[in-house]
Amino acid sequence: MTTPSLQLPAPAPLLTRGGWSAFIVALIVVCAVAPVLNLLVPAGSAFHLSDYAVALLGKIMCYAICALAMDLIWGYTGILSLGHGLFFALGGYVMGMYLMRQIGRDGNYKSDLPDFMVFLDWKELPWHWALSDSFAATLVLIVAVPGLVAFVFGWFAFRSRIKGVYFSIITQAMTYAAMLLFFRNETGFGGNNGFTDFKRILGTPIATQNMRMLLFVLTGCTLLAFFLLARWLVRSKFGRVLQAVRDAESRVMFSGYSPLPYKLTIWTISAMMCGVAGALYVPQVGIINPGEMSAANSIEIAVWAAVGGRATLIGPIAGAFIVNGAKSWLTVTAPEFWLYFLGALFIAVTLFLPNGVVGLVKKLTNKKGAAQ
Amino acid sequence: MTPDLMEEGARRIARVQAPVIGQTESGGRSAGFARIATPGEVDITHGRILYLEDVHVSFDGFKAINGLSLDIAPGELRCIIGPNGAGKTTMMDIITGKTRPDQGTVYFGSTIDLLRHNEPEIASLGIGRKFQKPTVFEQLSVFENLELALKTHKGVKSSMFFRLDSAQSDRLAEVLHTIHLADGVTRQAGNLSHGQKQWLEIGMLLMQDPKLLLLDEPVAGMTDEETARTAELFLTLKGKHSLMVVEHDMSFIRTISEKVTVLCDGSVLAEGTLDQVQSDERVIEVYLGR
Repeated sequence: MTTPSLQLPAPAPLLTRGGWSAFIVALIVVCAVAPVLNLLVPAGSAFHLSDYAVALLGKIMCYAICALAMDLIWGYTGILSLGHGLFFALGGYVMGMYLMRQIGRDGNYKSDLPDFMVFLDWKELPWHWALSDSFAATLVLIVAVPGLVAFVFGWFAFRSRIKGVYFSIITQAMTYAAMLLFFRNETGFGGNNGFTDFKRILGTPIATQNMRMLLFVLTGCTLLAFFLLARWLVRSKFGRVLQAVRDAESRVMFSGYSPLPYKLTIWTISAMMCGVAGALYVPQVGIINPGEMSAANSIEIAVWAAVGGRATLIGPIAGAFIVNGAKSWLTVTAPEFWLYFLGALFIAVTLFLPNGVVGLVKKLTNKKGAAQ
Repeated sequence: MTPDLMEEGARRIARVQAPVIGQTESGGRSAGFARIATPGEVDITHGRILYLEDVHVSFDGFKAINGLSLDIAPGELRCIIGPNGAGKTTMMDIITGKTRPDQGTVYFGSTIDLLRHNEPEIASLGIGRKFQKPTVFEQLSVFENLELALKTHKGVKSSMFFRLDSAQSDRLAEVLHTIHLADGVTRQAGNLSHGQKQWLEIGMLLMQDPKLLLLDEPVAGMTDEETARTAELFLTLKGKHSLMVVEHDMSFIRTISEKVTVLCDGSVLAEGTLDQVQSDERVIEVYLGR
């Protein structure tokens, strides 16, 4: 008997035609429209993009990278990490160390050493500052340090088959332990003040309007590039194995896949993305301290992903913009209500929008389509 | 050297180089010849594809498996029955590497010690397992479910750059027809009916092209028509694959089985044709609880 021929579905494209158009538009907005509105349109004009807005959007785009990274590990692989704030902070600290060295002798104490070391009466740089002078080494370390920490942690955790809420709690404990470590003066990370007062990056002043715009464009392009990378990952068979691990891990094993390398790969990639986000964040906000490793920060990343819609990639990015947009608006107009609002938002999303904003939009468009 | 000796030598060479004939017997060779062991290859020259001997497992003092010995011939379709708690599922857990026995030997073929391998390795060696509760990847489509199960390299890198080739597409289409899901290729697996999920899971096993299939209650929740089709499918698989079927549905067993093993309290109680075991006094006792 010959089997009748059967039309098998073709592999999904990286982006649909509409997706590519939206992607190009986003790229143009980030690389051309925003710089023109900020730098060329005079400050009095209605179309002027204020420096405040540039700083805010730049910051939110860093958060969006974290949300995207969270989506890969939580949305697609079903592993809720409450320790992504650590990877973000690690990337930030690597960048911060470089920026501290860039201050040179312009600090308060006019020393070659960063101010806080002079204050602690240290005579030379600790060993882990050895590479902080080199920008190239910094670029490597921004991904290598969070990647290595994640790899080692993940290897032990996944090999021991730690899952679900236990994994979440351990990641939370890990970031908390790191915060306590970074708070201490003797670890050489500036204690509770962290690093601040940056003067320049690659020898050029850091606080100019042009440099801020450059960092903004860089952040936007990184976000878009990471989106494409994430999209490529999840639409490959690799991504489908991740979803399979999320839905029925035992079936994955009995199909001949070892889940460990899959989980470890996506976990490490996700941590590296967060590291890059942290490194872009620090020069834009001008400070990094152990507060970035606090429990609440890591939980917030998960909230952005949940609000936007898990396992959609675009959802968590939107979620980061929605929640942080609301945050910056509410903390100005009604600062005392912000935390209540965040809590209420999280409860509302969990109860009524299990698929987040993207799920809601899909539902509404489907309904419209059905009604016509 | 005499012509006699030369002829004798030529005969010997011809005998050594002769192609291996049977698979189940000793390969057509006389007993004096050795076999070349290929690591990872299942050696069934002794006529056994699966071999359990004196296996013991206890959970917190409860003896789930108690001196179980059992073997399956290549191409055989074996049905396993037994009351609840007889250790049927635990036995499958042991074979597939999910549970480690306290004692005993478990061999796949004559050379592969299954106790030295973990679940993915055992699956890759050629043992497929269907769970009691249908377990498919609910968020993925029927097509994607089968594609994931396909026998191929299962490392991270090969998955990232995987593309279905034409032979694999043909295989996929063939299995889709076999499991009667050809017109639901793009349907989400979570939206299938219970029976269809069972079929999909069986299809996923077929994609793995296993030598031995372990099927835990494959027709549970199926309609009569689906059950009949499943019986038909299993009978076509028999011979090419070895099957071990755990089932409670006696009429289904009657359709497919030639040999039935009854498990009770973690060891084999009786073995034989369905009629034989059904008339066995001890079997009647454990089933009716006299």
